[in-house]
Amino acid sequence: MLKVNDLVVRYGVIEAIKGISFEVNDGEIVTLIGANGAGKTTTMHTISGLLRPYSGTVELDGVDISKVAAHKIVEMGVAQCPERRRIFASQSVEDNLLLGAYTRNDKEEIQKDLRNVYKLFPRLEERRKQPGGTLSGGEQQMLAMGRALMSKPKIMLLDEPSMGLSPLLVKEIFSIIKEINDNGTSILLVEQNAKMALSIAKRAYVIETGRIVMSGTGEELLNSEDIRKAYLGG
Amino acid sequence: MTFLTYLISGLALGSVYAIIALGYTMVYGIAKMLNFAHGDIIMAGGYVAFYAFSKFGLPGYLCIILSIIFSTILGVIIERLAYKPLRAASSLSVLITAIGVSYFLQNAAQLMFGSDTKIFPAMLTDGSLKLFNGQLTISYLTIITIVTCIIIMVGLTTFINKTKIGKAMRACAEDKGAAQLMGINLNTTISITFAIGSGLAAIAAVLLCSTYPSLSPTLGSMPGIKAFTAAVFGGIGSIPGALLGGILLGIIENLTKAYISTQLSDAIVFTVLIVVLLIKPTGLLGKKENVKV
Repeated sequence: MLKVNDLVVRYGVIEAIKGISFEVNDGEIVTLIGANGAGKTTTMHTISGLLRPYSGTVELDGVDISKVAAHKIVEMGVAQCPERRRIFASQSVEDNLLLGAYTRNDKEEIQKDLRNVYKLFPRLEERRKQPGGTLSGGEQQMLAMGRALMSKPKIMLLDEPSMGLSPLLVKEIFSIIKEINDNGTSILLVEQNAKMALSIAKRAYVIETGRIVMSGTGEELLNSEDIRKAYLGG
Repeated sequence: MTFLTYLISGLALGSVYAIIALGYTMVYGIAKMLNFAHGDIIMAGGYVAFYAFSKFGLPGYLCIILSIIFSTILGVIIERLAYKPLRAASSLSVLITAIGVSYFLQNAAQLMFGSDTKIFPAMLTDGSLKLFNGQLTISYLTIITIVTCIIIMVGLTTFINKTKIGKAMRACAEDKGAAQLMGINLNTTISITFAIGSGLAAIAAVLLCSTYPSLSPTLGSMPGIKAFTAAVFGGIGSIPGALLGGILLGIIENLTKAYISTQLSDAIVFTVLIVVLLIKPTGLLGKKENVKV
């Protein structure tokens, strides 16, 4: 589905990503874990086309998308739920969701998907007329995820969905991620909350200062001594 | 009654400022740049209407439509050629480029049309409405100007809030990156914004030139700066702010001219701006922007 090959991304002369390769197969949940500044968000932005790689490629179903415009990448089936959610604060919850379906023209299907998102996140339906900016952190996360779903993605990129949320909400959000995956959407998950991420991921990569330093199944990494020390707090 | 006359003509002048200010504020809101060539689009629109009317004898409404089409295309071309290549550049580079485009347009107009001042014909109407036994005279042009401004405001607000493209424009204004993640084409959206702003500038051109019937290559610079001031005064990036800022500026300017001093009117207008910005740096209706790290 998604394949990243020898990706190098630079900000001026600073190399943020120093040649990473990984892949997400059909129907998988794959997670990239790593500390702040490891290059996780840079990777996500490069896949989505907001940043251009210095070298290397990003392939979607065998097609190189590393030079494709960001809005086209969404059309091709890659949706991102960005770090800090970045919802449109002045627009209503429903308009935020409909913006997620911006690339689509199938009105009836959009309405159907809107109902599905409301089924997945009943709280969004209660607040559908409210400006997005008035929602709580957890609700904003749900809105950002719902918004990403509205583009009918083949793969969804989730950047730090647990950020700033209470443990209870984190649990709820992760069970919904699982549900989205069960419905057939592949998922690339970036997290600092390694424990949660590894527990739902089929496979995982550990990224440190722009390099992948370890990879394996979620379970393997969860039981690894090094990971335990560095990311799971002993 | 004279006060009322001054007030109404101030309202009309303010309406023109507001229509021009919309161009500044929308472009700033979405492209985060100050398009200092906006005033010169007014000038270009004025010349197109002038030649269409005087040389080709077309009816007034057709002159306006031609002027709108020409300015819209000119605005989009300027954005594509001059500003688009600088999308990732610092705002200072873009600002200097905009000033360069402004001089380019003024000099191109001088070369093509000569630097002499032309008399703009009354292409809309030259009648007036007499009220209270002739004590109050309002020209039809004044009424047309104010009504046009109202129609534009209502139309634009509806467009921005109700249509898919309008909502996409708001999304781009709020967060360009997130908007692109929705699949919104940023370049198209910016082009549409320039097209709308430039088309409105042409309408303002005809209204302005009809009120003050002289046409010269530097015609756009003063109303351009005033409208920019109005946009900042009302809160740049805000559409209701452009309306409020424009109207207030027009009224203050006219009343100052009438009761204080014609020479000092601009100085007083800008003093008011400075005072407002000292008290409320974001302008009357401007929102504080959250700077993200």
